[in-house]
Amino acid sequence: MTIDELTPTTGEWLRGVGSMSDVVISSRIRLARNLADRPFLATASATERTEIYRCLADAITSTSAGSDALLVDIEQTDTLDREVLVERHLVSRQHVNGDGSRGVTISPDETRALMINEEDHLRIQALHSGLELEALWEEVSGVDDTLAKRLAFAFDRQFGYLTACPTNVGTGIRVSVMLHLPALKLTKEIERVARAARDMHLAVRGMHGEGTDALGDLYQLSNQTTLGKTEEEIIGVFSETIVPKIVEYERTARDSLAQHSPYQLDDKIWRAYGILVNARRISSEETQALLSPIRMAIHMGRFTSMSVAALNELLLHTQPAHLQKLHGKTLEGEQRDIVRAEYLRSRLAPSL
Amino acid sequence: MSLVCQRCQQAKATVHITDTVPDKRELHLCEDCAEKEGVIIKQHHQSTNEILQQLIKHKAGLGAAGDLACPNCGMTFREFQLKGQLGCSHDYEAFKELLTQLIERAHEGATHHVGKVPATAGETVRKHAGLLRLRRELQEAVEQENYEHAARVRDQIQALESV
Repeated sequence: MTIDELTPTTGEWLRGVGSMSDVVISSRIRLARNLADRPFLATASATERTEIYRCLADAITSTSAGSDALLVDIEQTDTLDREVLVERHLVSRQHVNGDGSRGVTISPDETRALMINEEDHLRIQALHSGLELEALWEEVSGVDDTLAKRLAFAFDRQFGYLTACPTNVGTGIRVSVMLHLPALKLTKEIERVARAARDMHLAVRGMHGEGTDALGDLYQLSNQTTLGKTEEEIIGVFSETIVPKIVEYERTARDSLAQHSPYQLDDKIWRAYGILVNARRISSEETQALLSPIRMAIHMGRFTSMSVAALNELLLHTQPAHLQKLHGKTLEGEQRDIVRAEYLRSRLAPSL
Repeated sequence: MSLVCQRCQQAKATVHITDTVPDKRELHLCEDCAEKEGVIIKQHHQSTNEILQQLIKHKAGLGAAGDLACPNCGMTFREFQLKGQLGCSHDYEAFKELLTQLIERAHEGATHHVGKVPATAGETVRKHAGLLRLRRELQEAVEQENYEHAARVRDQIQALESV
């Protein structure tokens, strides 16, 4: 398996299946771990950093944690391939933009990605589409156990798993759920979600950052605290309390739109489709924004000429790095917009 | 013809935004200005670091305590304040007092781990973690006036203590 082989496929987080997948795009659990007998990355020398990288890469690829995985040495990977990994949510932007020996192992189905030398020595991450947190926890915890048989992780009886940043100490767990909330956005009720999340000490942010309108109405919900609760308790807040509640808000808002303003709703959907099918140049941001009402419409049964799988493929393949990889060469911003519009037309309306 | 960024009027605009709600509006920005305007943000999970930065600033007037250094990696508490990241796992011991205050604020008042313990950790560490978890469960049960459950947890605590 290579990055070139991954590029034309859709990737795990966009498979469009799993529990509550009409609203929950994907769920992710990540565990932060550090080797007990090595300095953290802030003080590690280049040599120590390389040793940590080799030690972890070896432990992962020689056990069930990743014997079938693709090991990507980021230093040896070109910019476009690095961006492909970020767009597929396999690594953080911080990881590809960092310095020194670092990498990631990716399972063949892309559900599992282990980042080596990101902020901590190791970040064990599992990703599924839909709300599947219990299965994810079983998976990351299993990988953690497998690796702990060969490696000693830094652990303290008071503080738990020790991390480079004290905000991750304890369980080292970060649970994130990506939600598609177009109806709550349209009905201006998104503040209810923010309030519900704040009450539970969770962070909500737009998919491309904080304090901004979420691009494509995608919001990420994640835990802020990692200490003083068990992993199961942290996960339970998401799977039993907050996510079902937000999903219910969103479904109610969708029903209300269909009932009270069907013409405005269909107008928004079909205008979005009209632009995607006819545009001669279009940015990645505009594409994501326009695909959002169409995604909602498919789930509401108001739009039947596209499947969720096809829409997800468009969403991923129109992002800058994927677009360039599939086109076979690097393109400037302006040129990308033209190629993106051509790609959308070829997929949606080959005769136009 | 390529557009010039509407904000800095210099760089080429590569980020194009079309708002349709509440009014139709178009914006053309270069990538740097789009980031400054908050339209795109390149970092993904920044928020926890931002919390930490706020907490660190809060503790900025440390005086001599900032010179405290870890005997293992040599990092001082002041260096940690600047970097936002610790130098090695021994820092948790070396800066225990200062870090505990910070950790308490960052984790809703919690100062003790009650979650998973490595399978390879010593028996005492696992026993300690188990007791912590059970004592907390006991406290919660009492608060909720669930005395039947509280009694069961108390028995579990006694059983574990006698091991």
